[in-house]
Amino acid sequence: MSRAPSDASSGAPLLSVRSLAVAFGDTRVVDGVSFDVARGEVVALVGESGSGKTVTGLSLLDLVPEPGRRVAGEIVFEGRNVDALPERDLRRLRGGGIGFVFQEPGAALDPVRTIGSELIAVLRRHRGLSRAEARAEALSWLSRVALPDPEARMGDLPHRMSGGMRQRAMVALALAGGPALLVADEPTTALDVTIQAQILELLLRLRDELGLAVLLVTHDLGIVAEVADRALVMYAGEIVEEASVERLLGAPEHPYTKALLASSPDAAEGAERAKLPAIGGAVPEPGAWPRGCRFAPRCPSAFDRCTVEHPATITRPGGRVACFLAGEERS
Amino acid sequence: MTGAAPSTNVRPEPLLSVRGLAKAFPSSRTLLWGGTRREVRAVSDVSFDLAAGETLALVGESGSGKSTTARLVLRLLAPDRGEVRFDGRDWLSLPLSALNRARRDVGVVFQDPGSSLNPRMNVETIVGEPLAIHRIGSSAERRERVLALLDAVGLPPQAAKRRPGEFSGGQRQRIAIARALATEPKLVVLDEPVSALDVSIRAQVLNLLLELQETTPSRPAYLFIGHDLGVVKHLADRTAVMYLGRIVEEGPTRDVLGSPRHPYTALLLASRPGLARRGDPDASLRRKVAGEPASPGSPPPGCPFHPRCPRGRRLPGRFVRTLGSSLEKRAGGSPVTTLSPPPGETFPPYSRNGLAWIHLARRTS
Ligand SMILES: Nc1ncnc2c1ncn2[C@@H]1O[C@H](COP(=O)(O)OP(=O)(O)OP(=O)(O)O)[C@@H](O)[C@H]1O
Ligand SMILES: Nc1ncnc2c1ncn2[C@@H]1O[C@H](COP(=O)(O)OP(=O)(O)OP(=O)(O)O)[C@@H](O)[C@H]1O
Ligand code: SF4
Ligand code: SF4
Ligand SMILES: [Mg+2]
Ligand SMILES: [Mg+2]
Repeated sequence: MSRAPSDASSGAPLLSVRSLAVAFGDTRVVDGVSFDVARGEVVALVGESGSGKTVTGLSLLDLVPEPGRRVAGEIVFEGRNVDALPERDLRRLRGGGIGFVFQEPGAALDPVRTIGSELIAVLRRHRGLSRAEARAEALSWLSRVALPDPEARMGDLPHRMSGGMRQRAMVALALAGGPALLVADEPTTALDVTIQAQILELLLRLRDELGLAVLLVTHDLGIVAEVADRALVMYAGEIVEEASVERLLGAPEHPYTKALLASSPDAAEGAERAKLPAIGGAVPEPGAWPRGCRFAPRCPSAFDRCTVEHPATITRPGGRVACFLAGEERS
Repeated sequence: MTGAAPSTNVRPEPLLSVRGLAKAFPSSRTLLWGGTRREVRAVSDVSFDLAAGETLALVGESGSGKSTTARLVLRLLAPDRGEVRFDGRDWLSLPLSALNRARRDVGVVFQDPGSSLNPRMNVETIVGEPLAIHRIGSSAERRERVLALLDAVGLPPQAAKRRPGEFSGGQRQRIAIARALATEPKLVVLDEPVSALDVSIRAQVLNLLLELQETTPSRPAYLFIGHDLGVVKHLADRTAVMYLGRIVEEGPTRDVLGSPRHPYTALLLASRPGLARRGDPDASLRRKVAGEPASPGSPPPGCPFHPRCPRGRRLPGRFVRTLGSSLEKRAGGSPVTTLSPPPGETFPPYSRNGLAWIHLARRTS
């Protein structure tokens, strides 16, 4: 049942990112990131805190906050290079062609605007609806994201909503413009599992019915397993592994991916108050990335070569991995 | 197995004791949108105890009143009703000067770190602020402590000079945790403290919390709000499940998550995303069973969960309240005592002493 991954069998991808680099001042935090997202595909972006997931997502539409900027790379959306778009088209793309669910809804929502008026504005701007149509549509979006009492919630300012309600409002805002691609940065972290399930169900339904593509940034491997077709693993600003979800969870190749899977807690097993396995050490700071493999200081399998030489990315159908060991196993 | 004394033991006075807490917010200008004006009953009736060195997890539906409960306990909001005793004192009537002094004993991590950290301060000032306010240590000592705290949550010393806006979501969450732990508080309220962290850093932070509880002389107690039942299982001695402003089940984590009594708890456990694949019937089932979320603006009559309850729906009309000694005990638990509902309301009997709400249908079906 799974979709074909990136082997370009079905024409051009919806989104194509090539050699993306983003820097704050002189410090690169994202470095040489390339990936594709096809129509109707759910691609998960996972990786350690601070590895560059949010910055990668934001840079797709030049939303990286000052002094950050894209210093290299190319972003092609619906066959057009984003850099070549006039400002007007770029604005239309934000919230229209590409919807964003920001990681911290509390900070992303306008504190002095009701959620109803925000939604109505998006619907009028991107979908050209009349005020009355937009209002009806806004209400229906609030109920689709499982917000109880949508009528009453329309008039609520963000601070009057719970954390999870703000997150659902954010999802409604991102979807209301009718995007072809949804960039969802940790969209369900504030939701209990039953409501989380409803939001994921909604995304999958939009995927099936309208061909919505989703770039899903999440650290929840359970969610990745359940909804993603393909996963990208980021570490220290670069993609270290890409594979179908089955393969990534079943036979991870990169030592970082393996460590990530090993430290996943599960309520079904393990004792209470037991220490969880953590990956020793810390992610290197941007600007202090090791010369060789960036994971080398923490890698249990590191050997001499890893500290002096940066491993090249080995590509195979449907995936890739950047580790010397994976290369050796293959040859 | 450290922490919670079994509920059969006689306990010393708990560090934190909460009784009958309630808070309603007036509904927003719904008239503008053609709605009717009513209140949102965020917290209806919440009671729990928390002993020194113990962790109580508060889980439950989004919007069920967890953060509001935390803010009431912290005295950031005034309750409409209820009592809070903390560290042997009536916390709600503590005069402001005494309250401010006592605040060093309470640390807090707010749910949305992005909007709770002052964007104009650098991290050193933010994390060291509680120490400075309470005049703890010299400025050199404070600086050293800040660096130690940053290290403990996995942030490098260079982080001290940067501002919150220069960090990733998970890094900001760790800054908030470091700040909450700065004064070695007796009680730490943690509202979704690890929700933005990847599994490895999360493990590191959770291990740190457990370690502090076991090794610091002050034996901090944690009120931990979280959605990830895997995390709750690892961290919490006891778990309370909230639904629509009330605790509907409470008990030792092992029991609540191992053999849930309340159908909502059972639903939560059944809805957990596992490593099941998308095509898997389990995964699609999880997305189907959820039902409509509850509305604190217009709570259903009777048991608040009944519109979604697989058992409750089968009961004709309003369910009957039958209480009594015949109620089943949890293994090793103390006898079930019941609480009568407020006049005019019917809800299932609540059992104290770390036991569960016992929902009726189980008895009558
Ligand atoms: N405004 C900024 N100025 C300087 N550095 C920044 C800024 N914003 C982010 N960074 C740095 O860029 C790196 C990548 O950040 P990003 O937010 O993309 O991480 P992330 O992978 O989304 O992490 P998380 O899972 O914690 O959200 C981090 O090391 C962060 O400290
Ligand atoms: N300041 C406020 N003004 C008005 N209503 C509020 C306010 N704070 C909370 N509420 C309402 O109280 C209810 C409970 O909110 P609370 O934040 O306690 O939920 P929660 O259990 O923490 O949810 P989540 O898991 O989504 O964070 C919600 O309906 C919310 O809209
Ligand atoms: S290249 Fe070397 S250090 Fe890097 S992940 Fe592979 S084995 Fe580990
Ligand atoms: S009291 Fe009835 S409706 Fe409520 S949870 Fe129990 S069985 Fe379900
Ligand atoms: Mg992020
Ligand atoms: Mg909350």
